[in-house]
Amino acid sequence: MSMALEVSGLTVRLGGREVLRDVGFALAPGAFCGLIGANGSGKTTLLRTILGFETAAAGRVTRDGAVGYVPQKLELAPDMPVRARDLVALGLDGQRFGFSFPSARRRRVVAEMLEAVDLLGFADQRVGELSGGQLQRVLIAHALVSKPKLLLLDEPLANLDLRAAAEIVALLKRVAGQGVSVLISAHDMNPLLGAMHQLVYLANGRAASGRTEQVVRTEVLSELYGYHIDVIRVHGRILVVAGDGHVHAHDHEHVATIP
Amino acid sequence: MFEGFWTSQVVWNALLIGGAAAVLSGCIGVFTVLRGQSFAGHALADVSSAGGALSLLLGINPMLGFFGLGLLGALGLSGRRQGDGDLAAGILLGAGLGLTALLLHFAISLRNSTGAAAVVMFGSLFSAPPGAGALALGSALAGVVLLGVIHRPLLLSSLDAGLAAVRGVNIRLVAGVFLVLLALAVTLSAMAVGAILSTALLIGPAAAALRLTRRPGLACALAAGLGVFCAWGGVALAYASYGFTPGRVWPVSFFIVALVFCTYAAASLRRA
Repeated sequence: MSMALEVSGLTVRLGGREVLRDVGFALAPGAFCGLIGANGSGKTTLLRTILGFETAAAGRVTRDGAVGYVPQKLELAPDMPVRARDLVALGLDGQRFGFSFPSARRRRVVAEMLEAVDLLGFADQRVGELSGGQLQRVLIAHALVSKPKLLLLDEPLANLDLRAAAEIVALLKRVAGQGVSVLISAHDMNPLLGAMHQLVYLANGRAASGRTEQVVRTEVLSELYGYHIDVIRVHGRILVVAGDGHVHAHDHEHVATIP
Repeated sequence: MFEGFWTSQVVWNALLIGGAAAVLSGCIGVFTVLRGQSFAGHALADVSSAGGALSLLLGINPMLGFFGLGLLGALGLSGRRQGDGDLAAGILLGAGLGLTALLLHFAISLRNSTGAAAVVMFGSLFSAPPGAGALALGSALAGVVLLGVIHRPLLLSSLDAGLAAVRGVNIRLVAGVFLVLLALAVTLSAMAVGAILSTALLIGPAAAALRLTRRPGLACALAAGLGVFCAWGGVALAYASYGFTPGRVWPVSFFIVALVFCTYAAASLRRA
């Protein structure tokens, strides 16, 4: 079976610093994969390298088919005269030069995509007026409307409340179920636990990949971090705790959830 | 008050230049606001003022001077990132005004053009050379067509450069073409209301249109329409001002900019 994405021996240097070192993993069609790591661990650099925005010092990235991308955030002025349907339509032919004319087919495709992300009722809303969760869903529709085989998302759950984050994860799970491989970066793996088929854990520029129970283990993460790590499971959530008792930065939100 | 208005060649020339400037500036202005490049637009206007002064000194068509220096300024700004772009625009703005001061000094002293400074900085639609109207109209139409050709990649890259790059948009090419169009819009606006006031025609109608519609294409059309209303209204009011203070015509730039201000103020009262 051909993989939707294969990354092997990937090393990336930025400004003389080695950000990623010998990173390797593969995504099968329809895989839902979490790219987990603390802020500054290299998640965005890895996504940018997969997209071709950064040049690898060593290693290889092989993609099978078109790629959709959802950026970490979009700075949008509330007055921006762009509706949700316009942003989705730009995913269809936003790269094309030339005049565009209204088309019933184009309108139908955009409406179907907005319906797929449960936002048809907001089609004529300015994108700058949408909530964080709604904007993420429009961006996912923008990325999916060109029918990519691989969808990359850069921290789409950051700044979302728990309910909005759960809705986005459920939506992405449906997308993966339709055969699109999903690679989603997050500093907190817990919202993804029920949906992930596999994860890539980044620390110190190195990666461990596999199923969650294979990777999120004391010995694997201690090896990655270079010091002792405890993995604690509490009420179905996972805490990654440094040996000195400090909860890691990317899990700091969950300190409060420990009873 | 408007006796002879429609039969005056000077008035028709002014209406053509003002209308052409308003149409292109309105359309380009929408993207200028979306891309946060209002300051770059103002800097290009100040750089182009040096071209206006040079054309007076050399006795050539002012549009060539305005556009030539505006184009050089656009080339200087192209390829800059947002933060660097603001710095570069600030440096260009200062250099352009300094050069304008020198060239105006020579134009006034060597060619005895006492009104040169006012013409370049604050415009003088009624003293535009015959034929300038047709040239302005042709340039504006060419600019609008080119904007129509690049509007989708331009809109996508204005929203987010990363999204556009993933779709295969050549960000630098699109940004460069846009800056050339911005230089052309600023040139036409500088001929209509002067280099200093050209930002008003570029930003004002566009900002008003952004309040009134949610659609990008309609925002361009609306900005162009509001700009034409302000430009033609300004020409009419300036013509009529001959009756306010007999024997003296008030500056047409004042009326155009005043109408732009009122239009934006009215538009800001409601939001689509």
